[in-house]
Amino acid sequence: MTQIRNRDGAQTKPWSRRAWLRLAGLGSLTGGVAAVAQGTVGGQETPEAVSGPDHRGSAMGPVGRVSTETFDPTRFLRSWNFSDLPADERARFYRETPRSDGTTLREYEMFAIDRDIEIAPGVFFPAWTYNGQVPGPTLRATAGDRLRINFINQGSHPHTLHFHGWHQPDMDGSLPAHQVLPGESFLYEFDADPFGVHLYHCHANPLKRHVHKGLYGAFIIDPPATSPRPPADEMVMVLNAFDTNFDSENEVYAANTVASFYVQEPIRVRVGQLVRMYVVNLTEFDLINSMHLHGMFFDVFKTGTSMTSSESTDTIMLCQGERAILETTFRYPGEFMFHAHQSEFAELGWMGLFRAETRNAA
Amino acid sequence: MPREARAAAPAADRPVRGPLLWALAALPLVLLSGLLGLMLWSGPADALRGEAYPPVEDLAFQRVTLGPDGILATVFNDGPDPVTIAQVQVDDAFWGFSADPGTTLAHLGRTTLTIPYPWVQGDTHVVRVVTATGVTLDHEVAVAVETPRADARFLGIFALIGLYVGVIPVAIGLLWLPLVSRTGRTGLDFLLALTVGLLLFLLIEAGQDGLEAAALAPGSFQGVALFAFGALAAFIGLEMVGGWLRGRRAETGEADRGWVLALLVATGIGLHNFGEGLAIGAAFSLGEAALGTVLMVGFTLHNTTEGLAIVAPLAHERVRLSQLVRLGALGGGPTIVGAWIGGLVYSPIWSVLCLALGAGAIAQVIVQLSRQMVGDGSFARYVTTAPVASGLFAGVAVMYVTGLIVG
Repeated sequence: MTQIRNRDGAQTKPWSRRAWLRLAGLGSLTGGVAAVAQGTVGGQETPEAVSGPDHRGSAMGPVGRVSTETFDPTRFLRSWNFSDLPADERARFYRETPRSDGTTLREYEMFAIDRDIEIAPGVFFPAWTYNGQVPGPTLRATAGDRLRINFINQGSHPHTLHFHGWHQPDMDGSLPAHQVLPGESFLYEFDADPFGVHLYHCHANPLKRHVHKGLYGAFIIDPPATSPRPPADEMVMVLNAFDTNFDSENEVYAANTVASFYVQEPIRVRVGQLVRMYVVNLTEFDLINSMHLHGMFFDVFKTGTSMTSSESTDTIMLCQGERAILETTFRYPGEFMFHAHQSEFAELGWMGLFRAETRNAA
Repeated sequence: MPREARAAAPAADRPVRGPLLWALAALPLVLLSGLLGLMLWSGPADALRGEAYPPVEDLAFQRVTLGPDGILATVFNDGPDPVTIAQVQVDDAFWGFSADPGTTLAHLGRTTLTIPYPWVQGDTHVVRVVTATGVTLDHEVAVAVETPRADARFLGIFALIGLYVGVIPVAIGLLWLPLVSRTGRTGLDFLLALTVGLLLFLLIEAGQDGLEAAALAPGSFQGVALFAFGALAAFIGLEMVGGWLRGRRAETGEADRGWVLALLVATGIGLHNFGEGLAIGAAFSLGEAALGTVLMVGFTLHNTTEGLAIVAPLAHERVRLSQLVRLGALGGGPTIVGAWIGGLVYSPIWSVLCLALGAGAIAQVIVQLSRQMVGDGSFARYVTTAPVASGLFAGVAVMYVTGLIVG
């Protein structure tokens, strides 16, 4: 879309005198005059004479703050079924109706719309969004509930909603015939099954672009009310990334879209309280992503489909579309870092902090 | 048509003076500014590309230096639309930075980014600028070494380098003068032809370097046109200077075509060496001052031939030592100045301009020398005489071989 030319570098011709000067130039020349001007320029022979950069301060991370007016990652963490909206506005997008068998009919209004989103301070990505945000709103139901999702495509391209979970093939939102054209709508209807942490995303073609442009979100199905998970401080983390220059490589990584947001605004948790993280990997282009938590361990419930933890660890690996529920209890107050253990992803924005506080402090 | 032309002719012949003349000159300009205003107001291009058309973002790195404070990078907006730098990534990591004067660059605007990044001596680093729309611009520092600061020591080192690369080799070449003055007609023909061969080689090289530099310079500066017309200006300028010098000498009754010619040759070579000095300085400026093996020998050989080119026209002149020193300083000294300027205020566009002046000067010198050699005779016949042909060939061959050694 935008064009850029970089005229630097890679212009050197092997036999050009000036090219040689540019590349090898001064080092060798100063080497030649080193007898006269000894140690004046950093040569390899005298490494101790070289003054390196100042290491006292670290300036790691993006500069500035994003606007949280349209999307607040802190609020997104603990919002599902549009709970972040005021009651009257929420009713436009979400309705619950009890059913005779004790389950609930959950009706959603979802729409796709093009929108520029701020993914790092000052960096705007021309995204395709569900309901104007990336990740899309987290949908949450209890196993056995019925979901009815009215999807309206207000975007510029055909889109779909493709849920992970049990459903009829015509509710899959994946085949060309399933595409919802701009201006049209479709009613998705299926039962919440199985319980666990799942995802939804657009499955229109070209798939890769529709996903990395931002059409995805978390879909949580709680176990039946008869055997719920223990109460906890729950939060949703969608691991995602953005290819801002469209070279099929990501320039910005994050948990919940905004690079390093939780470094600037640590996630506040209580010491001694069970914390439950619903982690979904929707990073495009990179084969895997991961999450590592400092100073502690967590229990892993892969895909959340079992009530028994499969592993106790401090680092999990997730391929694209893979997800897990992580449970832990903070033992000590203070700040605990969490990030992808791929250092590159961490330094490109997928990094955050927990700030654990004792009950009294809070 | 002829009838109308005839009818209009008397009017055109009438001289126009005073306010009317100015009004006639200004009318098209007034209309033109009106047209420009209309275009800016109505925006015909916008009608074509629509509201949501993405801006054209075109940035270029101009100068990247490494120091105790981290990385300093000067970025230039070469595109038509304003560009805002939102973030900086170094080696695939978001990094803090400050921008002076600011992060939004208008067309042809520039800003200097200070990035406190703990760069590693001898490693490769990639500095990436991310604009507000997510467009990226990369600059690779191939081998990280601290950029020298512009203090007395820095200037001293560059002076020393200039001395080694430019002045001393040229001075050594000048020492062929006694040999040159003892040669006969055939030998002189050979030497002058050799000089032309050397200069032809330098001309081609300057042309190539100039066009390369033009390709590196931001497009707004129209590097190729700048190079071509810079060279032309230098050519014409030197022709005028040469004519003036000859005229002055003729008045004072000195016969000395050789001295004027030598002066012109030295000037041309000096301009060429100035460009070479710029390239040396620029290697530092762009943070590409890599560590390599010493190839001073090749440079010395290459530039020594330039000294020979300067003294060849002086074969039958009486030359004082002070004159030789002046010629040497004129031919070799600019290397030092070039290195200073290249190291301190490098920009590709100055490089283009200096190389253009060098190319034009060399071309003029070639023409001057050829005129002197050929005189009133036939150029084609003269070139095909044995001493001249072999001299030309030898000149080009010497340059080629010494260039090969430099790499």
